[in-house]
Amino acid sequence: MTAILFYLLSAICIISSILMIFHKNAMYSVLFLLICFFSVAGLYVMLNAQFLAIVHIIVYAGAIMVLFLYVIMFLNMSTPITIRKSKLVMGIAVFTGSSLCFVLVTALWATNFGQNPAIVNQDIGLASTLGKVLFNEFLIPFEVSSVLFLSSMVGIVIFNKKEQKDE
Amino acid sequence: MMVPTLPLIGFAGYLLYGQYLKEKSAGLLASLWIILSFFLTLILFFQLNESSPAINVHLFDWINTDDLNIPFEFRIDQLSIIMMLLITGVGSLIHIYSTGYMHGDEGFSRFFAYLNLFIFFMLILVMANNFVLMFAGWEGVGLCSYLLIGFWYKDHENNKAANKAFIINRIGDLFLLFGLFLLYKQFGTFIFSDLEQNIAGSMSSPEILTFITLLLFIGATGKSAQIPLYTWLPDAMAGPTPVSALIHAATMVTAGIYLIVRSNFLFALAPLTNEIITFVGLTTSIFAGVIATKQNDIKKILAYSTISQLGLMFFALGLGAYGAAFFHLLTHAFFKALLFLGAGSVIHGLHGEQDIRNMGNLKKYMHYTHLLFLIGVLAIIALPPFSGFYSKDNILSLAYIQSPIWWIAALFAGLLTVFYMLRLYFVVFWGKERMSQDTINKIHESPWSMLLPLLILGILSVFGGWINAPELLLGNKWLEHFISPIVSIHPSHLPHSTEWILMAVSMGSILLVAVMTYQKYVSKAHVPLIESNAKDGSFVNLIRNKFYVDELYESVIGKSFLKLSQFFNSIFENQVVRRITDGTGQLSLYVSENIRKTQNGFISYYLFAMALGVLGILTIFIFFAL
Amino acid sequence: MNDVTQLQDQLRLVPLEHYVFLCIVLFCIGLTGVLLRRNLINVFLSIELMLNSINLLAVAFSVYYNDPNAQAFVFFIMVVAAAEVAVGLAMLVMIYRNVQTVDINALNNLKW
Repeated sequence: MTAILFYLLSAICIISSILMIFHKNAMYSVLFLLICFFSVAGLYVMLNAQFLAIVHIIVYAGAIMVLFLYVIMFLNMSTPITIRKSKLVMGIAVFTGSSLCFVLVTALWATNFGQNPAIVNQDIGLASTLGKVLFNEFLIPFEVSSVLFLSSMVGIVIFNKKEQKDE
Repeated sequence: MMVPTLPLIGFAGYLLYGQYLKEKSAGLLASLWIILSFFLTLILFFQLNESSPAINVHLFDWINTDDLNIPFEFRIDQLSIIMMLLITGVGSLIHIYSTGYMHGDEGFSRFFAYLNLFIFFMLILVMANNFVLMFAGWEGVGLCSYLLIGFWYKDHENNKAANKAFIINRIGDLFLLFGLFLLYKQFGTFIFSDLEQNIAGSMSSPEILTFITLLLFIGATGKSAQIPLYTWLPDAMAGPTPVSALIHAATMVTAGIYLIVRSNFLFALAPLTNEIITFVGLTTSIFAGVIATKQNDIKKILAYSTISQLGLMFFALGLGAYGAAFFHLLTHAFFKALLFLGAGSVIHGLHGEQDIRNMGNLKKYMHYTHLLFLIGVLAIIALPPFSGFYSKDNILSLAYIQSPIWWIAALFAGLLTVFYMLRLYFVVFWGKERMSQDTINKIHESPWSMLLPLLILGILSVFGGWINAPELLLGNKWLEHFISPIVSIHPSHLPHSTEWILMAVSMGSILLVAVMTYQKYVSKAHVPLIESNAKDGSFVNLIRNKFYVDELYESVIGKSFLKLSQFFNSIFENQVVRRITDGTGQLSLYVSENIRKTQNGFISYYLFAMALGVLGILTIFIFFAL
Repeated sequence: MNDVTQLQDQLRLVPLEHYVFLCIVLFCIGLTGVLLRRNLINVFLSIELMLNSINLLAVAFSVYYNDPNAQAFVFFIMVVAAAEVAVGLAMLVMIYRNVQTVDINALNNLKW
């Protein structure tokens, strides 16, 4: 049962992502990516990473994708754009991607992952466990990430100020 | 330690500040360095006596690898201290002289810089404790000789003469280097003291030793102007007269003699080389003497005289009489420097005239110069009691021990010396005045700065013989005993009566030739003619043209080298070398042009490059490195 | 105990290699998208996809090796991704204001 669920979710993920990269309309690409994110969130739930699944949906699907949509609509790009790269370049791009895939899969095939620990710690993935980890080992990165957000906010605001010409 | 560094400081100082110093202070400062060195050397000299061991002053390890150890080390022993005294002493006299002679010349401070540098290198040469350091000094004095001969570089003839000197010197150096290489291969060391010990115990074949010593001798012929590498010395007279006095009379040309005396333990074991040296020295001596009889330039006569006297010294070296040769080196330095400086004084007084056919009766106008020049002439013709007599007689008696034939030949060379020197003296200082009236009005005696060194040298020429007077004449042969730690004393077994007879014969023949010369040049008032008026036989013409040796060298060797270098230039240089060098530049330009095009500003292109790069690295890591 | 083993079976039913394979495929698809598309927005979307694949990989490993640190790290990856998207989109708007297009090759003055 779990396996079937996994295969289903992963199929949805892959197909939607492929459609995303090939679709002409930017809006559609965003929506396909959204589907991909939801399937990834489903995979997180399957892995008992509940907190992360929720956070994933909130942050990515809720914030980032919405931001993308805002920008697309702001720039009036909902109509399909017809400018494309030359066929040669597109071919090389696909070739690069697939050869990287090939290389990495070969590496995967040759890797021995070793024995998994026998006892499953089912607390991993719970918010409490994650919180403990965050505030114990990762305290400083945690605090610094708030500074990071602050700086990016400040940066964005400054970016979009109109230049003031002195009278 | 300090002794050679002082002139070096002087030279370095000139490099930096030369153009700022006024003439007088520049000359004074340079002379001061050398005079200081002289006094330091004197102090060292008084610390050494006959039986002191050599002082080794190790400055630093110059070349120090597993098999090869060449330290920058000085060896102050009896032989080198005498040479140092000579160099610094005569050097300081010449510096003082030059302050007067070079007065008004625009390259005044440059001259003193070069002189200081020369003294530095010469000191290195004699103070070295191993062959390689000596060779460094050897090369250095060759360089300074080149710089000083071509001092008035604006006249192209001077440059050619300087080139000639340097190149011929270099040819000799090549052979010297070969000798040094063989020496190293045979004995594994360059240091004199080690070599001396090794030689005593080694079983090296005499052939190798003969070869080595022969190569060293050829190197010495280059520096000391013997056949076949002597042609540079007459042309080197194009340089200023103090240069001729210092370098080409007293010090540099004696470097070859010094080399052989220094390595006497090598030469003692190679009898074949010694014979060759004797023969070459004698031949050169007679050959140069013959040429000198028909020369008309004061300095050229003196140059050939130098070659002749050096030939005599080599003759003595070949006979194994190292002490006698060294003694003659010293006295020759005194009177030859005196003669050159005197000639310089004459030239200076006549405002640049050098041809003796345009001089005459100078004894009326230049009293001091005349007197001192006369002393020099008397010394060189070996008239007792001047110094030249003692040294030449020493050589002659030792030659007689070997065989009377050597004695007769050496005596003949000495008589040639009498003839051409007296010819020079009489034609210049006696007889009818052949200068133009204009010149006569402007004749003046030289300033005291030029006369003082002449005086000192004159005194030395008179009394210098006493340092090695034989027992026969109540001397004690001090010099030979002094350098005995380095040079074994040559035993002389002549009975005293034979010595008296030899001395009487030589003195008699000298006086005879002197009288003959007087007859020809004063009584009959014969004046050397200019070439077109001469109706002499072909042999005399041959002499007059220096036996066409220069022309021979030029046509045989010079032309072929020229053709060879032209060939190389056209084929090798133009086609191969230039293609490679220019091509490399062109290649890098071409490559950079094309690589430049990768920076085209398109972000997608950069992303591609990044992705492909990552792909490449991962591929290499995953497939090949793991 | 039964629940534990049930969960154990459930959690680790799919071998780790499958998850890694999925991540590799997603990553490569994202890379292809970056190189393929000419529109800046699409490029950003592909980058997001690549980041996501890494997140998935990290979570899979954390579950299979009992290490919660990886999930905390995922957290931070998300933080950075969010900030980056915000700044990137702001810049994109600014570019649009200046050159009136979001073609990736529009700004090419920084060249030889």
